[in-house]
Amino acid sequence: MSRRVAITGVGAVTPLGVGADALIDRWCAGDVGIVDGVAACAGFDPADHLSVKERRRADRFTQLALVAAREAITDAGWDPGLPCAGERVGCIIGTGVGGIGTIEDQHDVLRDRGPGSLSPLAVPLMMANAASGVVAMRHGLKGECYGTVSACAAGAHAIGAGLRLVRHGVVDACLVGGAEAAITPLAGASFVGMGATSASGVSRPFDRRRDGFVLGEGAGALALEPEGPARRRGARILGWLDGYAATADAHHLTAPEPAGDGSARAIAAAIADAGWMPAEIDYVNAHGTSTPLNDRSETIALKRALGDAAAAAPVSSAKSAIGHLLGAAGAVEAVATVLAFERGVIPPTLGYEEPDPELDLDYVPRVPRRLARNGRAPRAISNSFGFGGHNAVICIEGAGR
Amino acid sequence: MASTTLTPEAVEARVGAALIEFGADPGAISPAATWEELDIDSLDLVELAQMIEDDYGVELRESDIEQLETVADAVAAVIERAG
Repeated sequence: MSRRVAITGVGAVTPLGVGADALIDRWCAGDVGIVDGVAACAGFDPADHLSVKERRRADRFTQLALVAAREAITDAGWDPGLPCAGERVGCIIGTGVGGIGTIEDQHDVLRDRGPGSLSPLAVPLMMANAASGVVAMRHGLKGECYGTVSACAAGAHAIGAGLRLVRHGVVDACLVGGAEAAITPLAGASFVGMGATSASGVSRPFDRRRDGFVLGEGAGALALEPEGPARRRGARILGWLDGYAATADAHHLTAPEPAGDGSARAIAAAIADAGWMPAEIDYVNAHGTSTPLNDRSETIALKRALGDAAAAAPVSSAKSAIGHLLGAAGAVEAVATVLAFERGVIPPTLGYEEPDPELDLDYVPRVPRRLARNGRAPRAISNSFGFGGHNAVICIEGAGR
Repeated sequence: MASTTLTPEAVEARVGAALIEFGADPGAISPAATWEELDIDSLDLVELAQMIEDDYGVELRESDIEQLETVADAVAAVIERAG
């Protein structure tokens, strides 16, 4: 069985606010959700969205996932009433590091008060699969359910896993996404310690002055359904998830393969999975972390995978507006791509002012563009690459207008 | 440890405050209320036992907790063992 997979709902909590609209509209307006070198979801108060019990029983990454998932499920018209039996609905949510805030808090308890004082909630809050399990519990999603863990590619891996489940008829609907809340003392200092984060505190992907990523937090979620049932129930189709592929660099613990071998293979395979030609790519939603190494190797990979078509494809990075959401990044960026096409825009790379002579693609500096109409629905790829050498690429086609 | 007032009313108030912190509906808390009625599960009861040990110096084992069914049972267990 192979079915086309529709995206019927989206949700996001990001440093630009609660809600997917805030993400795309504020990004395109040039707003940046970075304060003092960190991209926190400052506008997110769990008490506004979750009951006492829900808050107590969820680490912040799961709280973010719950709110993004609820938005996607509501947006899709899955509440009240899932589009099919709960047993036929999957839930796949990725994360980079899971409940690290809980781990740090409980380690303090262990050190200060001893093992007998550790919370019985420590394990269920810290476990990296908590977001998928708790979202499934909240909405009665009883099909295949787990978390993907692949650092900054986890959100895209979750989307790809969900695509395959729906495409091949394993489930008849799937909630997919990613969540991260790692702006904590240990995680923050660890990223600084390894030299990954920006000393300037500015996220400016592809710019000559880029000096590392800005640590962010948040969650993104998408509701996936097969085309036939989605049309029959009259669902509003926001876009199509038409392709996915993932590869490994098998090269280095953190550095991307300099010639972009693994990422280029993922891009090419994803496009092939979608049945597209490189010249049909209207937008590249880049991983674009603002690290010296990623933005160079990603540029090389795009040229390898797209060939001559790379020069004509607009490339931009959401991380210029929201920093790097790690395991949530791929999901949040997929949501932004869907909504960009829905609005008929190509979102910009904010802060891009000084070109790097080695990086010569069209990075859509600072201001959004109208999406050119070319007689067919627009097509985008969204790249996600993670420490460990993980590469995951998804292909999104707009619903057409 | 064991410094809190040990009247049934005081212990009941302390237990009630903990249950509210766990997310129980304040209006539903009464001596006769069961854990099921209050949506209090085994994870909450482990936390309740930790609170009781911290505040009253009373150690409730898992087997003790399993015997408790209502708010009144928990209050009585504290009074009995601390007495």
